[in-house]
Amino acid sequence: MTSLLEKTKSTMPISSYLHLHPKVRLRALLALPMTWLVGVYIISLFLLLITAFWFIDPFTSRVRPGFTLENFVSIFTVPAYLSTSIRTLLIALGVTALCIVLAIPLGIYMAKIARPWVRNLLAVLITLPLWAGYLVKLLAMRLTFTENGFINWLLDPIGISGPGFGIPVVVLTLTYLWFPYMALPVFTAIRQIPNNLFDASADLGQKAWPTIFRVVLPLITPAIIAGSVFTFSLSLGDYLAARFVGGSTQMIGSIIAANINLNPPVAAAFSMVPIAFVVMYLLVARRTGSLERM
Amino acid sequence: MEGNKLKRRKLAFAALLASSSLFLASCATDSGELTLTVPDVPMQQELGEFEGELNIINWSGFVEPAWTDKFTADTGCKVNPRVAGTSDEMVTLMRTGEYDIVSASGDAALRLIVGGDVAPLNLELIPNFSEDIAEGMKGQIYDTVNGKAYGVPIGRGANLLQYNETVTGGAPESWNVVWETDTPYAGKITAYDAPIYIADAAVYLMYHNPELGIKNPYALDETQLAAAVDLLKQQNTIIGEYWADPVAQITSFVGGNVVVGTSWEVLRKFAGQDNIKTTLPIEGSTGWYDAWLLSSTAKNPNCAYAWMDYTSTASVNGAIAMNFGMAPANIAFCASSPEAQAHCDEFFAEDEEFFSRIWPWTTPIEECIDGRKDVKCTSFQDWTNAWLTVKG
Repeated sequence: MTSLLEKTKSTMPISSYLHLHPKVRLRALLALPMTWLVGVYIISLFLLLITAFWFIDPFTSRVRPGFTLENFVSIFTVPAYLSTSIRTLLIALGVTALCIVLAIPLGIYMAKIARPWVRNLLAVLITLPLWAGYLVKLLAMRLTFTENGFINWLLDPIGISGPGFGIPVVVLTLTYLWFPYMALPVFTAIRQIPNNLFDASADLGQKAWPTIFRVVLPLITPAIIAGSVFTFSLSLGDYLAARFVGGSTQMIGSIIAANINLNPPVAAAFSMVPIAFVVMYLLVARRTGSLERM
Repeated sequence: MEGNKLKRRKLAFAALLASSSLFLASCATDSGELTLTVPDVPMQQELGEFEGELNIINWSGFVEPAWTDKFTADTGCKVNPRVAGTSDEMVTLMRTGEYDIVSASGDAALRLIVGGDVAPLNLELIPNFSEDIAEGMKGQIYDTVNGKAYGVPIGRGANLLQYNETVTGGAPESWNVVWETDTPYAGKITAYDAPIYIADAAVYLMYHNPELGIKNPYALDETQLAAAVDLLKQQNTIIGEYWADPVAQITSFVGGNVVVGTSWEVLRKFAGQDNIKTTLPIEGSTGWYDAWLLSSTAKNPNCAYAWMDYTSTASVNGAIAMNFGMAPANIAFCASSPEAQAHCDEFFAEDEEFFSRIWPWTTPIEECIDGRKDVKCTSFQDWTNAWLTVKG
């Protein structure tokens, strides 16, 4: 008892000092995160992005400082670059849409219908893939969709074959990888909807579908936006899925990875593309007003 | 110790001086041999004391305790290997100046030589670099420039056409099964995923479109590069998969996703299936020839020289070749045991006729290495940019 009192006493001066000096308090609070954010996070990003304006010496492939917009112009003028950007955008949107479509019914079931033990089991199953390494999951998908693999074995009796490596399998794989980031926020949001809203909707004569679209969906939009920021931006930056299950599919990440040693300025310029897409996405999301409610 | 440090500093200074300013002009040749413009990096004249460590950039499997332990015991040079995944990564790492030596393939070597990143070698300090080095690995353009040797050969391998015999019913005679749109294996073709693969298209064009005038698949002017890129774009419409990762390539062949495509002898071996075979088609092919290159800013040049000498002995060179799965440079190894002979036969180590049909990977540079002076050739930078447009 006495020792506890002594301890409290000895910490008093600091806390009272901080109480009396709000500015110092604020600085002490922010010192660590700001050092991290500015010192490591922003600076490294800035150093990368500034390279986008530099030259490459065609003779030795060395990077030379300078100023040129050529690297950015090439994104729009080289047809292959432009089509890769658009393809990557569509893949990312496809992954996000697929995640939403899968997450909502699952979330409703888990939050409102399933027994507690089923709910817990499903929660474990959804997060289970997060326990495995990223590459392990990619190779698992590769083996599943290979020509003599599981999917074709499954579909063979009914006379059809699954998709070979290509864009559809890339979308499926990325959905598999990022699904937990969508499913968990959506599930949490649905859980917070009071049951009596469902009752009220039923009392007013609405069936299941209108209830989902007019009651559930508006209430969980912030959660969907939060989840989609993950699924969308992670898909935009990915390149290993394209490499392992994409066949000849090329994504923005493939171009960055191919150029990172050979032409760093172009790689740096290309890393702006996903950033631009995400900023555009957030602006659109903000217009819907759902960011304020996040 | 003090003297050692001083010497090191002197060497570094000399290298710095050389690489920063002096360039040899590309002059008219009197011997008729090809002359390239390279920075004048000084050559080490004699061996000094060992520095106590050696920093190596190497392919996976080139530096193993099985042979480094003895080297360290003999010389006191502690070996610090750093495995690189691609030639481009090797070049980037070499340019950091933190490494003494690199096991570069030809597509990295000439870039490093022309860029002044590596020093010419004093072969007198490498007595094991001897008669026993395979004829086809001596004095090649990718590591010997203007009569100066920059590389000590380690081993080589060809980029062969691998096929699934159950599907093809026999060895394809030509590379046309991977290039032409009327191929029976559309969608089941694999190709190597790197800009240097453009040379494979050039090898095919050399044989089938002689009017393009390609004399060396690594010396392409703009028209010739455009023709190769068109062929690659055509291939893109029938390709199943590009491979950069050897494991992915093996699983594609074994899993049935791929029926024909570029491969290495060692990958066929790892696939471990009797129906998966390799062949060298009539057009010939490209190949990778690896050599040790010494950094022009090496901090441990004496350990590096000792290493190059040590790994050139038949037994060590053979051990590296067997471990990686390639033909050893020192063919004296082949006769050392029945097991070694079997390895040499499997990888065509002594078959110069076989390797005479292989174009060793060489970095394309602006000066045409086929000797043309009237045109400018496309550089590796051009190839890199072109490669990304192929995949669209």
